[in-house]
Amino acid sequence: MTTPASLRLSSRGNMPFGIALFGATGVFVALVVALLAANVLYVRGEHVQAAIDSPQICYAVLLSVCTCTITAILSTVVAVPAGYLLARVPFRGRRFVDVLVDVPIVLPPIVVGLALLLLFNQTAVGRWLEDGVEWVLAVLPLHWIGLDHVTSVTYDVPGVILAQFAVASAFAIRTMRVAFEQVSDRREHVAQVLGCTRRQAFFWVALPEVRSGIVAAATLAWARAMGEFGPILVFAGATRMKTEVLPTTVFLEMSVGNVEAAATVSLMMVAAAIVVLLIARTVGARMAA
Amino acid sequence: MLTCDALTIHAGRFHVTNCSLQVERGQWQTIMGPTGCGKTTVLEGICGLRYISSGSLTINGADVTHAPPGQRGISLVPQDGALFAGMRVEQMMGIPLRARGVRRKDRSTAVRDMAAQLGIASLLRRSAAGLSGGERQRIALGRALLCKPSVLCLDEPLSALDMETKAAMRTVLQRIRDKGDLSVLHVTHDMAEAKVLAHTIRIMEDGQLSIPFEATCP
Repeated sequence: MTTPASLRLSSRGNMPFGIALFGATGVFVALVVALLAANVLYVRGEHVQAAIDSPQICYAVLLSVCTCTITAILSTVVAVPAGYLLARVPFRGRRFVDVLVDVPIVLPPIVVGLALLLLFNQTAVGRWLEDGVEWVLAVLPLHWIGLDHVTSVTYDVPGVILAQFAVASAFAIRTMRVAFEQVSDRREHVAQVLGCTRRQAFFWVALPEVRSGIVAAATLAWARAMGEFGPILVFAGATRMKTEVLPTTVFLEMSVGNVEAAATVSLMMVAAAIVVLLIARTVGARMAA
Repeated sequence: MLTCDALTIHAGRFHVTNCSLQVERGQWQTIMGPTGCGKTTVLEGICGLRYISSGSLTINGADVTHAPPGQRGISLVPQDGALFAGMRVEQMMGIPLRARGVRRKDRSTAVRDMAAQLGIASLLRRSAAGLSGGERQRIALGRALLCKPSVLCLDEPLSALDMETKAAMRTVLQRIRDKGDLSVLHVTHDMAEAKVLAHTIRIMEDGQLSIPFEATCP
């Protein structure tokens, strides 16, 4: 303790303020702990064993991990240039683009799913996109990895990824924009005076400075994708052993009254979220150092 | 040789008008003035980082008024060094050479030679984080000199240094001045620093430059 006693929250003058701070934080932390505890205490060893033995749940775990990872990569690839553009480049209509980028964040998830469904089923552009993806899927050797049943976007695995991407990328772009805004553009300017082009200054100077922001954006995108349910249900469906991801499993198990399985899968998602957050915080802290 | 003729340089709502100056090869010119008078705006305008609405800027006879910053033959040492994060000092100093397509091996040799001249060879494996003010300024100076510029712009390079480091850095700058192969434009508000380093001094007030007067060089 190197803080002078008079500056500590425990000092007499600061006590009410300290109580307010700890009180507000404590209420929320207690709620999170209670939620986790309720889940942990409900699940028994045999429930976990049953989940591990269930091919449907194993498929959902695998599909969730794969789609979330693909979504996180795609979101980051889009978020880095988009965040840079919105943070650094003044252009006509930037405020409007900024608002549009936030739309998937504020829309009800089910509306995002419905919009995707309408885009792909009711518009010429959507049908053209669907045809393009179907052609690519037909060319790819998906049977090598046991995904030969993946043939289209709607009500199929690409639909899961697209539904996750529509929401997760909005969060990733917001994170990258803040990351670029927190770093002064002065170093990029100096790099340009020293001979770099704008592109070189971006790749060689700006990107290394926001490495921890990139990790944060990718993590957030992964976590958002893992929790996505509404758009997936509407756009990709909830077909077992096809488009079933972990939130879908919770929904399906709850709908047939199998609360034990739903709670077990929820616990798996909590564990995955904690592991990803811990990895991201550790990697982010190392990069920032 | 750097020649500015009646430049109008904009920095947001602030602008510097009718800025004319000439710095011959081997000459060191210092611009002095109070904070906010427009010294840094002039420097940034010359470097291509500020919009120039009128006048002309030539370097060795070539008009570079609207040329991209990296194609003017100018190098800049900012006040805080503006060292690039997330890389080793060696990589950072080599960036201007990398931008010019110099091969990795040649880059490394050039960086090591420059670091040896400036007494920072031991810092090459370190990152920018944790370096002292003097170390940062030497690295920024080395990085700027590796571009082999015609004009070197120095934006208050000694202002954030302690007395001892300032004296050591001043010696390094005097060595560069005495070589006489660069036109140096130096901005400061420290008269002692200007007198020691400059051949000519100009005073800037409210966005206007005075006529140059001789500094008393030791």
